[in-house]
Amino acid sequence: MSQTRIAKRFEILKAEGRSAFVTFVTAGDPDLETSKKLLSGMAKAGADILEIGMPFSDPMADGPAIQLGSQRALAAGMTLKGVLSLVSDLRQSDDETPIVLMGYYNPIYSYGVDKFLNDAKAAGVDGFIVVDLPPEEEREFAIPAKEAGLDFIYLTTPTADDERLEKIGRRASGFIYYVSITGVTGTASATSSDVAAAVKRIKNTSDLPVAIGFGINTPAQAQEMASVSDAAVVGSAIVKKIAGNLDENGKAKAGLVDDVLSYVSELAGGVKAAKA
Amino acid sequence: MNTPNTYMAGPDEDGRFGIFGGRFVAETLMPLILEVEKYFNEAKDDPAFKKQVAGYLKQYVGRPSPLYFAERFTEHCGGAKIYFKREDLNHTGAHKINSCVAQILLAKRMGKKRIIAETGAGQHGVATATVCALFGLECVIFMGATDIERQQPNVFRMKLLGAEVRPVTAGAGTLKDAMNEALRDWVANVHDTYYLIGTVAGPHPYPVMVREFQKIIGEEVREQIMEQEGRLPDTLIACVGGGSNAMGLFYPFLDDRNVQIIGVEAAGLGVDTDEHAASLTGGRPGVLHGNRTYLLQDDDGQIEEAHSISAGLDYPGIGPEHSWLFEQGRVEYHSITDDEAVASFQLCTKLEGIIPALESSHALAEAEKMAKTMSKDKIIVVNMSGRGDKDVNTIAKAMGTVL
Repeated sequence: MSQTRIAKRFEILKAEGRSAFVTFVTAGDPDLETSKKLLSGMAKAGADILEIGMPFSDPMADGPAIQLGSQRALAAGMTLKGVLSLVSDLRQSDDETPIVLMGYYNPIYSYGVDKFLNDAKAAGVDGFIVVDLPPEEEREFAIPAKEAGLDFIYLTTPTADDERLEKIGRRASGFIYYVSITGVTGTASATSSDVAAAVKRIKNTSDLPVAIGFGINTPAQAQEMASVSDAAVVGSAIVKKIAGNLDENGKAKAGLVDDVLSYVSELAGGVKAAKA
Repeated sequence: MNTPNTYMAGPDEDGRFGIFGGRFVAETLMPLILEVEKYFNEAKDDPAFKKQVAGYLKQYVGRPSPLYFAERFTEHCGGAKIYFKREDLNHTGAHKINSCVAQILLAKRMGKKRIIAETGAGQHGVATATVCALFGLECVIFMGATDIERQQPNVFRMKLLGAEVRPVTAGAGTLKDAMNEALRDWVANVHDTYYLIGTVAGPHPYPVMVREFQKIIGEEVREQIMEQEGRLPDTLIACVGGGSNAMGLFYPFLDDRNVQIIGVEAAGLGVDTDEHAASLTGGRPGVLHGNRTYLLQDDDGQIEEAHSISAGLDYPGIGPEHSWLFEQGRVEYHSITDDEAVASFQLCTKLEGIIPALESSHALAEAEKMAKTMSKDKIIVVNMSGRGDKDVNTIAKAMGTVL
């Protein structure tokens, strides 16, 4: 199999001697047009990998910021089909930046796993994070995804013992996403020493890059986390920036895209300043 | 479809009833879910644990609950004899306490210090707050803001019992949203917190665990009906939201093929409208809250809001074992509207001097319908899953009465 966009991107960054910056926004938040502009500007603003949320009515593992982003996207008419067509559009102008879809299983199950994998691959998706599919449910989607040549990115958490890390390390593809706190997205933040220790444990089980997410809110935190891992993921903080640029009717203000992208640049600056 | 040799064997080791059930949870929770399963498996076969649970059920809950022949209700319907299984007479006024007593003892075995639970009608919240008071454990109850509004008496009871009631404003502010929020809290507090789920839904092992802790309802009915009638009933009827009172009554009879079993879903304003909670009648299989089961959802797989006048049935899903029994055809699932339930609520109150919970009133309304079509020598057992004192405000509103 030819090298995936994700593997290639990490290889290039490794050669550059730095960690990856992964941004998260929900597709269609706050509306399709704004979301398109945001996502197509992300790479230029410094994102190395795009994590794109597939909105869901009941995001059980997300904090208030991403819940609201998901609700805005659904209210503006986003669907799973719409997410894939958005990815297709992005691929017209950027065939290199890896795209990872993140969400919950029910919309995928409802779409049909095989059909979804086909359509996602055709659209230019590289991998998936599906929050409510732990290794115990790998037959549902993780195995079919890998068989289709797409990465299934497992989450691992501070609650995992060595045996569980091993279980995840054996199955992982693309990269491993370390959820650095026990909590929902956008709440507490971990310390870099705890994270460094966790990354070391994970690396004992797999050669894949390790990304750190949950609770990274500032360029300084992004730098700190990037310096002890292979990638820093920022989600809630960016989504909050979107929310802060809405008028009283929840519509995007004129400066939204510029404001969010300049914040993304600042965060990217933090990651790039880190020693890998 | 092949008929299985037994309907009582599930779930398998992955927590599946056929394709239903499973463990669809965030990775953070997985180690804890596996731990709950391990402790449950040990406890359920431990004579000391069983004795402890049985002691509390007898002395604290007041079991066995009576099986009462509702003579005037039967006469009114003019057909089969109708018996009520009086779970409404349990301490705290509903069947929920059966599972709460057992789960709190399990949580203690696991060394957990803090208990969280979701509640719709407030019955499970009250039962949870009650056992937390009894064992001196911290208790946080997640309840939708809409439900708090319509179940004020239960909210106050929970507070009196020392629980913190956290209003959930996300979504429609009902049971589904309360469950999301409870799961979020659990993710953040896995180290010291036990999630005391009130129904036969959620990730494995909850559906089987809650069924095991509720099946005493059906076991007692078997004994009591043999004593009173010398034979098994012809028909069992129970309301189904998540479905714990129904599984509790049904499970011990699943392999008695001559016993007709009927689960009653809430039809709200009608199953042909958008305002109902009948997931089997109006939904399709999907994945939510840790399990695959029938769900009310749109074409894109987004979960829809349920509607029922009864807060306890106002949930867009159903326990996975019910989904399996539905597809197997072993249990029939019918539905009853808000109006039909309110009418039966009033009828039962007047004829029997028993104020039934609005949830149980759905089962009563179905019993009325069924009894009429059956001869007088037939026997129906209805699960009177809870008492209706908590619903008096809602009923007054439905009747246009200002209290």
